[in-house]
Amino acid sequence: MSFLSHLINGISLGSIYAIIALGYTMVYGIAKMLNFAHGDVIMVGAYVCFFALNSFGLPPVVGVLLAMLICTALGILIERLAYKPLRAAPSLAVLITAIGVSYFLQNGALLLWGSNSKVFPSIFNNAALHLFDGQLTIGVTTLITIAACVVIMIGLTLFTGNTKMGKAMRACSEDKDAAILMGINVNRTISVTFAIGSALAAIAGVLLCSAYPLLQPTTGSMPGIKAFTAAVFGGIGSIPGAFLGGILLGIIEIFAKAYLSTELSDAIVFLVLILVLLIKPTGLLGKKTVVKV
Amino acid sequence: MEQMKKKLHLGKTNREKVTTFGLVIALYVFVEILQRTGNLSNLMRGQLVPICAYMIMALSLNLTVGILGELSLGHAGFVSIGAFTGVTVASLLRPVVSQNWILFVIALVAGGTLAGIVGFLIGIPVLRLRGDYLAIVTLAFGEIVKSLVNNLYIGFDQNGIHFAFLHDTLNLAEGGKKIIAGPMGATTIPKVSTFLAGVLLVLFCLYFLYRLLGSKMGRAIKAMRDNSIAAESVGINITRYKLTAFTMSAFMAGMGGVLFGLNYSSIIAGKFNVDLSILILVFVVLGGLGNLRGSIIAAGVLTVLPELLRSLRDYRMLAYSIVLIAIMLITNNQILVQWWTQRKKDLKNMFTRLRKSGQGGEG
Repeated sequence: MSFLSHLINGISLGSIYAIIALGYTMVYGIAKMLNFAHGDVIMVGAYVCFFALNSFGLPPVVGVLLAMLICTALGILIERLAYKPLRAAPSLAVLITAIGVSYFLQNGALLLWGSNSKVFPSIFNNAALHLFDGQLTIGVTTLITIAACVVIMIGLTLFTGNTKMGKAMRACSEDKDAAILMGINVNRTISVTFAIGSALAAIAGVLLCSAYPLLQPTTGSMPGIKAFTAAVFGGIGSIPGAFLGGILLGIIEIFAKAYLSTELSDAIVFLVLILVLLIKPTGLLGKKTVVKV
Repeated sequence: MEQMKKKLHLGKTNREKVTTFGLVIALYVFVEILQRTGNLSNLMRGQLVPICAYMIMALSLNLTVGILGELSLGHAGFVSIGAFTGVTVASLLRPVVSQNWILFVIALVAGGTLAGIVGFLIGIPVLRLRGDYLAIVTLAFGEIVKSLVNNLYIGFDQNGIHFAFLHDTLNLAEGGKKIIAGPMGATTIPKVSTFLAGVLLVLFCLYFLYRLLGSKMGRAIKAMRDNSIAAESVGINITRYKLTAFTMSAFMAGMGGVLFGLNYSSIIAGKFNVDLSILILVFVVLGGLGNLRGSIIAAGVLTVLPELLRSLRDYRMLAYSIVLIAIMLITNNQILVQWWTQRKKDLKNMFTRLRKSGQGGEG
């Protein structure tokens, strides 16, 4: 029974990684850049939700929506100010700029909200599901996290497959110049991608802090890096890849913690990543097998 | 007269070399004078050795990223290996070796060598990957090293050296001493790093890299970076050269780590994390890929900058990040860059005209 419980916890943590990784992967697919600031957008989203609930006493749904709204605006703003002028620049220059933005967000949060960690309020009621005569307990937070991830995943697949904007995104990631010739507004498409990625980051931030309720300016950086590895793990640029990579990474991490060693869980996660990449250098769902976004 | 002029006229590469060496030496003399006359704040004095260490790390990463053209985000791993090896060796030999500089050199060689060996072993599988995949694997490598060192225990007593992993099961005899204590890191380190040693090490790394760049191997590496297929087709053994360059880079990073580690009385593994790797990468990119002098200047300026911005107090890291973004935006702005190259050309033309008219006057 403990195995099943660890598995469910792993899928839940993996779902959070997957939601963050989706943001990474979409931005990478279109803008071909590693958006290092993505992890810090998560942190901003969590803070916004925290203040909406704690200081203004708004209902949780409004808090989440507000976080999404502000993160979306933030994502578009970052893209306009920092990344757009560097469209033609070498990729390392963009990488350093993204690192700069990441520092900026972290230190801005430090100034605005202080370095003391805040305890995130529980959004969902603490009810739990008891199965098998109480041998298996699943928290509502866990279930909602997994459900949210599945809904987002299906929504994104439908969006990129069927809508006009989704098709434009795929076209841009295939060939930007050809997309321009087809009358696609590439700049707007990239902005929309950043907007969606940042909105997802806000959701991930709220879910992350519901599961691990300590909120600090550096809260987003480690999950950000892990989600980034998850995206690469599954094959960067691919939406199902990010989903698979995130879930697997979460399961590996929880199992390593439970059965091997808590101290070495990070090392084990990264070791598995290295091994997978050495065997399959393009990630689990490499570029050739799936549609890139 | 004409002959002498020819002798004195240095080529472009030589001129760059001489100015770079001159810059480092001039800086050393300048700082020494400041220090002797008591014009250097304590805070800055504490930064002198770390600045040298950062310069070495930047030079070493420049070999991987700038000259070899492979993005690595795990350089802190090599620095960490070097630092902790150096600290262990220095602590072990402390009772035997009385001369500080001998102790430092032994630690330096040991730290560099172990980092180099690890770099070689990691490089064999990893260098097959390309671009962002290599970046993520090296990042993972750095994190693994951090986790491993964080759980490592080393101590010694009259029975010899004791190792333990995960749990502190050293069981040292009476009078034994812990060198590395897991998450608590290394404590009571012999502080044998000096500013002079740091400067000499920077000069050594510079000399080594310039020699490398001018050699057959350096040209092969640069050819590989610019077009690996073309390089392979003219008979350059890509794997071998890549691996050699990566190993040398790891060796140098390890030496930087030794210099860094032996400057403090205690260090912890957690300090050598992604942030350090990224910091070094920022030095390299801001200094210019493949530009050794740039790496040194960037490492120096960016380490001093937060100290200079101290008057901004809480806003200093915010200001730092804004400076970082602004530099990237300005140096990559086509219009500004074009304007600047035009101004430079104008100035040069003006000087040549002036010189010509001067010569004409003489004649």
